[in-house]
Amino acid sequence: MNKIPNRQAVCETLMARAMTDKDIFVLCSDSRGSASLAPFAEKFPEQFIEVGIAEQNLVSIAAGLAACGKKAFAASPACFLSTRSYEQAKVDCAYSNTNVKLIGISGGVSYGALGMSHHSAQDIAAMSALPNMRVYLPSDRHQTKRLIEALLEDEKPAYIRVGRNPVEDIYSDSDCQFEMDSAVWLRGRGQPVKAAIIACGEMVRPALEAAVLLGKDGITASVLDMYCVKPLDREAVIEAARAADIVVTVEEHSPYGGLGSMVAQVVSEHCPRRVKCLALPDAPVITGTSPEVFAHYGLTGDGIAATLKELL
Amino acid sequence: MSMNLHDLEVLSWDLRRQTLDIIMAGGGGHIGGDMSLMNALLVLYENHLNITPETVNDPDRDRFVLSKGHSMEAYYAILCHKGFLDLDDVTARFSKFGSPYIGHPNNKLPGIEMNSGSLGHGLPVCVGMALAGKRSGKSYRVYTIMGDGELAEGSVWEGAMAAGHYKLDNLCAVVDRNKLQISGSTEEVMSHEPLAQRFAAFGWNVIDVNGDSIAELDGAYTQAKEVKGKPTVIISNTTKGYGSPLMENKAGWHHHLPTQEEYEQIRRDFAAGKERALHE
Repeated sequence: MNKIPNRQAVCETLMARAMTDKDIFVLCSDSRGSASLAPFAEKFPEQFIEVGIAEQNLVSIAAGLAACGKKAFAASPACFLSTRSYEQAKVDCAYSNTNVKLIGISGGVSYGALGMSHHSAQDIAAMSALPNMRVYLPSDRHQTKRLIEALLEDEKPAYIRVGRNPVEDIYSDSDCQFEMDSAVWLRGRGQPVKAAIIACGEMVRPALEAAVLLGKDGITASVLDMYCVKPLDREAVIEAARAADIVVTVEEHSPYGGLGSMVAQVVSEHCPRRVKCLALPDAPVITGTSPEVFAHYGLTGDGIAATLKELL
Repeated sequence: MSMNLHDLEVLSWDLRRQTLDIIMAGGGGHIGGDMSLMNALLVLYENHLNITPETVNDPDRDRFVLSKGHSMEAYYAILCHKGFLDLDDVTARFSKFGSPYIGHPNNKLPGIEMNSGSLGHGLPVCVGMALAGKRSGKSYRVYTIMGDGELAEGSVWEGAMAAGHYKLDNLCAVVDRNKLQISGSTEEVMSHEPLAQRFAAFGWNVIDVNGDSIAELDGAYTQAKEVKGKPTVIISNTTKGYGSPLMENKAGWHHHLPTQEEYEQIRRDFAAGKERALHE
């Protein structure tokens, strides 16, 4: 089992580049430890800015740095970054079109038993609704690395959500297919299947497990890693839906405004199919560790497979 | 190249009239704040800011963010005067369908660094710009102008705290202290006093001036450059609607489209102001 969480992959990738790229700046809001960015702060103090517990300030300062040519990475818990500083993301990043990468750490229900204040089940919906804001949820550390490398090459704002805990690898060092803003086909491309499973972030692993389980029962399923929630890879969604009887989306998010909503829009317009959106409930989630929470709401390989069987 | 203060005073009346014309053409604007802000903008752009249409992309240029973005009509007059924009074009298209000349700063236009409109953003953004300058060893200065009603936004004080913490002496903020906001007196809506002590407590150098006086503002900007180890705030005590008794110190003129009669009266008042300036 991999022990490196995606947030650590963010730090390692930025540190590797910051040696030579002195325009890379990391900003934290008393969050360098939880963001795994303490090593960056230690090694590159001149490229690190602490703003204290002030998420609005975090994002505006990042935008000011970006307006002066810096590549600003502002990292803070996703729950606060996506709502408390939402207006700064809207005006100073998206509207002013500044090169700010908002890194939402400990996203979704990573903070488990800390309660709804610390959960970010609305960040995809909120950030996706901002014109000029892109939204990415990488599925594992390898994809996180490729994503951050790609984001270092552009000058537009983006929101990136990563979780707190290590997730099992989907890819490997030598085998990590990555093309910016293209979903990754993990299974079942080019053949008719019963179900197309489209997942993002840390739900990709259980989606893959569900497909394997279903395969054992003779039920075919394709799996798409839709790390690029916005801009959504519409062509991949249409291709997956056309080859399937039903479409299932899986996300660690509210049932409204996230991956499921976006996929359903595309499918209903281009190739109508039944779309089942698996997500967290529209309610404060049950108390527990994130694996317990996922199990409770059926967001596991077993849970997804069981739901699919019922639908079919 | 600096303009002498007498010429600036004369010029300010022409710019007030142009601002009024822009507002009339666009069907309304934040005229009261435009008039209180005008001198602070004019002195900054003429005598202190090193930005020209030729240097809008120069990494060493000074930065300015209009935090009270609703005073855009006065800013248009300044940007046109300085050659960034064309006055006839702005006047013809301000607030019109499909126009880039909207009621708040639009950074797709030359000379405008950041979009604003939502209050409480300019100071924290300028903290980032000032930090970028410090960390890159650049000598540019960073300026923002805020409204006084705007100071009720918590994000202003987050920015003020960080500017003090990082000792950003390359940062100068101006508060257009006209003491009125849309609902009435700032002190009745949400009091700001003792304002100077508040900023001082956040680690700022504070300069209190009569912001209707071009000479005092010019002196304040000069003094701010000499202060080391602290950001400076200029509390610019102004008169909302400055220049015409018809609108001075009246909250109702926060946003307004003058009637034709009012327009003519205001123009006469501005002409009289210019006349006084010419003979001073």
